[in-house]
Amino acid sequence: MALSDRIPGVRPRLTVGRRLDIVWRHAFPGTTSFLLMLVSLAPFGLWGQAALLPTVALTCVWFWSLFRPAAMAPPVVFLIGLLLDLLGFLPPGVGALTMLTTHGIARWLRRFLARQGFTVVWLIFITVACGIAAMNWALVSLLTFSLVPVGPVLFQAGLAAAMYPAVAIPLMFAHRSIADPDQA
Amino acid sequence: MIRPSIQARHALARLTLPVMVVASFGLMLVGKVDTILVERARIAVYDASAPIYAALARPLGDMNKTVVEIVGLWGLRDENARLRDENERLRRWQSIGLTLDAENQRLKAALRWIPDPEASYVTARVVADAGGVYAKAVLLSVGPNHGLRKGQIALDERGLVGRITEVGTRTARVLLITDMNSRVPVILEGSRSRAILAGTNGPWPRLLYWSEGTVPKEGERVVTSAEADAFPANLPVGTVRYNANGIPEVEPDAQLRALDIVRVFDYGLNGFAAPEVTARSTQGHH
Repeated sequence: MALSDRIPGVRPRLTVGRRLDIVWRHAFPGTTSFLLMLVSLAPFGLWGQAALLPTVALTCVWFWSLFRPAAMAPPVVFLIGLLLDLLGFLPPGVGALTMLTTHGIARWLRRFLARQGFTVVWLIFITVACGIAAMNWALVSLLTFSLVPVGPVLFQAGLAAAMYPAVAIPLMFAHRSIADPDQA
Repeated sequence: MIRPSIQARHALARLTLPVMVVASFGLMLVGKVDTILVERARIAVYDASAPIYAALARPLGDMNKTVVEIVGLWGLRDENARLRDENERLRRWQSIGLTLDAENQRLKAALRWIPDPEASYVTARVVADAGGVYAKAVLLSVGPNHGLRKGQIALDERGLVGRITEVGTRTARVLLITDMNSRVPVILEGSRSRAILAGTNGPWPRLLYWSEGTVPKEGERVVTSAEADAFPANLPVGTVRYNANGIPEVEPDAQLRALDIVRVFDYGLNGFAAPEVTARSTQGHH
């Protein structure tokens, strides 16, 4: 619910342009998450680039679930997870379930984390990323009836921990400016 | 439109997460039951996003090249000296190669050797990493009516890259020889003994099942074997190296970490189908 619905006062009329602006601001988290995931697979020629896709998905879901849960609703999270499954060649359902778990944890910790600074949020995110990586490994092993190597999963968790500021800081600026429905 | 009461909306909002969790379990079930459907969905997503990657491939490639050039400026003198040396050496090898080739032709003519048919090939650009975390694969961008099929063989300018495992309308996926599920029958060129090259998801695939008494030698060349009719004979694969634990591995000839253009050959082979991908049911039905 946007601020405009809760606080009385005089504000501009809802023209078509303004409506579109509001819709765009609500759709911003989901849309940018999808686009970032697609771009993370582009041929940059980086070593270990395959781990970039789950990292981007995890960070986006975590950040928006924490700061804008209304725009990162479970169905959107599910779709992001599905895209992660399809693009990342995971057994279908693994990405969806891990992303929904991330969303659930973020929503559960929301009240506590909203009062904390960036570093605490980052530290908790590192813990969550490790847990999610372990869950990912366990599910893939279970679904393929084989013990998949642990190395890539550890790398993925490490990358997510290290990359968090690089993804979250631009998102934070977007959250306060172009993605804020109250500024429409 | 009917607007539900606030309580009802809250209850619905609380329910969506559990419903979605159940849906993901459903997805896992579907993935186990119908692997073909999942494969189609994947390749459809990649087909849809291929134009983005194809558009990005050129500028990103240029950017990478610029970076390499700038780094290269640093050691230009040393590099030049090294290249002059290497050129000298290669010229000697070239003359040996030409002599041997001529001799080979004469001997084949004397033996009335039936030459292998020329294989047709398609050249394609590598546009994205398509391996995910648990697999080593790349995505090729190909035009419509490309005629690619599963099981065809991809090579770069130096050696064997892998095999086609999925084909879409605009894209094809190549499973690299370094992938965990890749098995390539090979011949050690020095001893002509057979072995299997097994990917490990690391940069160096391992040699397995070589014959007793013919241990792979460090630096020995490894080529494909026509065993099982999956590969043609004598495609260059790599050279043997021993790792720190004394396990023979192969340093691939192909530049698997920096693939740009690959050629996909149709040798008309009907051996085993290309291997299934890791993170999927291991016994996909066909």
